Amino acid sequence: MSEITNQSLTELVENVKNKKLSSTDITKAFIERSEKSKELNAYITEDFTSALDKAKKFDQKPNLDLKLPGIPMAVKDLFCTKGIKTTAGSKILNNFVPTYESTVTENIWNEGAILLGKLNCDEFAMGSSNETSFFGNVQNPIDKNFVPGGSSGGSASAVAGKLTPITIGTDTGGSIRQPASFTGTVGLKPTYGSCSRYGIVAFASSLDQAGPMAQNVKDCALLQEVISSYDPKDSTSIDFERNHYSKELTNNIKGKKIGIPKEYRVDGMPKEIEELWQKGIQYVKDCGAETIDISLPHTSYALPTYYIVAPAEASSNLARYDGVKYGFRASGENLIDMYEKTRSEGFGAEVQRRIMIGTYVLSSGYYDAYYLKAQKVRNLIKNDFDEAYKKVDAILTPSTPSSAFKIGEKTNDPVSMYLNDIFTVPVNLAGLPGISIPAGHDSKGYPLGLQIIGKAFDEQNILNIAFAMEQKINFKNKIMDWWIK
Amino acid sequence: MSKNNSEYLISRKDNQYEVVIGLEVHAQVLSESKLFSTSATKFGAEPNTQVSLVDAAFPGMLPVINEFCVKQAIKTGIGLNAKINKRSVFDRKNYFYADLPQGYQISQFKDPIVGEGKVILDMPDGQKEVGIERLHLEQDAGKSIHDLDPQNTFVDLNRSGVALMEIVSKPDLRSPNEVSVYIKKLRSIMRYLGTCDGNMQEGSLRADVNVSVRAKGSKELGTRCEIKNVNSIKFMQMAIEYEANRQVDLIEEGKSIDQETRLFDTKKNETRSMRSKEDAHDYRYFPDPDLLPLEVSDKFIADLKNNIPELPDDKKKRFINEFKLSPYEATILVSDIDIAKYFEEVVAKMGKNKDMKLAVNWITGELFAVLNNKNLEISQSPVSAKNLAILVNLIKNGTISGKIAKTVFELMLEGDKDPQKIVEEKGLKQQSDPKALEALIDKIINDNREKAIEYKQGKEKLFGFFVGQAMKASGGKANPQLINEILKKKL
Repeated sequence: MSEITNQSLTELVENVKNKKLSSTDITKAFIERSEKSKELNAYITEDFTSALDKAKKFDQKPNLDLKLPGIPMAVKDLFCTKGIKTTAGSKILNNFVPTYESTVTENIWNEGAILLGKLNCDEFAMGSSNETSFFGNVQNPIDKNFVPGGSSGGSASAVAGKLTPITIGTDTGGSIRQPASFTGTVGLKPTYGSCSRYGIVAFASSLDQAGPMAQNVKDCALLQEVISSYDPKDSTSIDFERNHYSKELTNNIKGKKIGIPKEYRVDGMPKEIEELWQKGIQYVKDCGAETIDISLPHTSYALPTYYIVAPAEASSNLARYDGVKYGFRASGENLIDMYEKTRSEGFGAEVQRRIMIGTYVLSSGYYDAYYLKAQKVRNLIKNDFDEAYKKVDAILTPSTPSSAFKIGEKTNDPVSMYLNDIFTVPVNLAGLPGISIPAGHDSKGYPLGLQIIGKAFDEQNILNIAFAMEQKINFKNKIMDWWIK
Repeated sequence: MSKNNSEYLISRKDNQYEVVIGLEVHAQVLSESKLFSTSATKFGAEPNTQVSLVDAAFPGMLPVINEFCVKQAIKTGIGLNAKINKRSVFDRKNYFYADLPQGYQISQFKDPIVGEGKVILDMPDGQKEVGIERLHLEQDAGKSIHDLDPQNTFVDLNRSGVALMEIVSKPDLRSPNEVSVYIKKLRSIMRYLGTCDGNMQEGSLRADVNVSVRAKGSKELGTRCEIKNVNSIKFMQMAIEYEANRQVDLIEEGKSIDQETRLFDTKKNETRSMRSKEDAHDYRYFPDPDLLPLEVSDKFIADLKNNIPELPDDKKKRFINEFKLSPYEATILVSDIDIAKYFEEVVAKMGKNKDMKLAVNWITGELFAVLNNKNLEISQSPVSAKNLAILVNLIKNGTISGKIAKTVFELMLEGDKDPQKIVEEKGLKQQSDPKALEALIDKIINDNREKAIEYKQGKEKLFGFFVGQAMKASGGKANPQLINEILKKKL
């Protein structure tokens, strides 16, 4: 048996069920490694003592019928966890301890998993490098001083660095798939409405979706099976029949039609990405699938559309952080002064920028030109996919236009930062599922991902394609544990 | 100010002005729980005891529509003869205030649940139709309390998230009196439907009043001012009167009227500027992404329609046709659902041989006077409908006279006594035995022989004297009709 922290979730679950490992063994191992990994800055809040207590309690009376029996797991700090500080990476929630549990994390604990702690992320999930977090940068385990991507940067770093066997992130415009791509891990953004948004700190309500981040596709399928549920507490939750994603997982994708959209070949895209994409096309063909050239004509409008819709919703969603009821409060001369000081001191620059953009595009006189038009374009983007899916079963694209970049490299260039999400954003706008899998390395040896986009509710299909490709690609993450002292 | 017929006009020198009024009524939906959460809505609860995580806008909390409130809004729409929109959209109205935890109010902006409708007003000179522009559902805000502490403002979130119906009228109202009748009619319809208790003291019904003036005969609307949040009919009337005169004075002075939001100061009886059009909030309305568009089926609406109770206008028609009441009487009796219920119970208890006119007179006369004096609602009436019916029947069948009935009624007020028993116990039964009355009258004629002669000689006025004597002798219990007959015969 290999070292505990090197095992996949599936292996750990098996070893618990076979009584080869106890929850305490596993929990201890991940805590120890997490303790040695402070330099990654993946955690905002550690809950190790309590995790160990829970593991011991589990071992006293182990329920081995559960899907995640006694498995320790750290989660993105955007999920409200009862009794555990939940910050959303922001100063404004630095002292906020929820009295309630998000539905997604509730589902996880109900299957026997144990909370290790809360993982770093961009402030209110706004960022592509984890650099907007009030709690500092997160290191990418692939190399020192490289960003892990964002906003689920702490989650990606923790999975790649093996601080947690698996984790969950949230994805509004690529926040699961882009960091997965940057860290050589697997990340799934489910169909909008698949996972409940109840208890997740909202960024952009019509785009936000929780999803699993894992070392491999099978682990990812298992966690998706756990977290996806219909929830009457979320009016946008959808009551559809959910697959047993891990049980039904197959590498047989013979005859599947995979669309290759020409619009994802963008100007200035590194040659390496194009080559990776071509390799991916070859892999799916090797698996017996057929590739078809398709067109998604409105792709180039996706990013500007996203940067109207998401900030608009965010500007309203974040209005509740006003210093009145909970969270950080600055003292002021009067109510307005208190609001201004609280929000100026409590929110970081990127969040403030997006609140300003969102407020602007919703203002009277600008609403029609920006917000309304963006909604129309969003429909066109959705129609593009609907048209394409008349011909194909799934779509294959690169996950990101580049590999991980250095910390600080794009801090002062928000537009270049926003371009990171160019391939992932259309999927959120259309509400579709998308998965990023590690597919190779660039010339520097950093991981690169490919994205498979599915039809709505067709998670099983893209997991199967990812599973088949994964076996062909046989990706090995080159992580040297450089941060371990 | 002059009043030609019922026309309300404001006069200055040679000019006459018409007042144009439109109302935005905020009616609290009668519902146990809030519009998007399961918190209770009881009035007068301890501050912040009816607040959920959703109402206080905690991170990650999401609204879930309360189906009952949707039904209430649709029922109200049906009561307003309005178009029910099968698809409506909830929007966010964004603004910052300490008692608005979300930083936005969930309301309906472009696509309300109820569209155009109408309300019929019964005015002294006939009926008037007032157009309804729309009805939409929205959340109430919490309450800021500024007067508990010199330094701090306290916030009570019990109201936060309570369901309101905003009912917007067309600018069809022309006088403070019409506004009063309109509000009462709306209130009456909603109380019939059980969709709003209409309790203005508790803030269940309040209105923003839009007022403009124009030269009599003009077809164009003048610049309007909106008087915010007026919470009694009396204050609405006072505010309109003040505001209309203020606007007329400005026009007469050659000045222009600024479109603005104003507040009515109830102590000084004047309106004053709250904010001008330039300072108006930019609410940045947009569809709430936490809520899908609200879609209701034809069947959903039809089921509600089929269960709508008889409403005031129909009840009035029925009262006129079935009970032969005058339109005036019918209007009074249907004006409030509890009055109508009381009346119908009296009618039912009177049985076959009933005197409708007499019943109406007793309810609107004696009973209303008592309720007025004691400041009671009809639901708190000291005399039950059943006992009032018995009393009316006792008059009708000649057991007691109308005059005695008043005495009996007085006695009934104490503990809702059965009038039949009072009559028996107090021996108040009317004397209708002709032989006994003949003997009594014989004695009176005998005792007053001179007057009897005078009467026979043509002094007919004296007939009343004899009636009076007979009634007096019988202790008021003699059947007046019989007395008349016997006297005529004997004299």
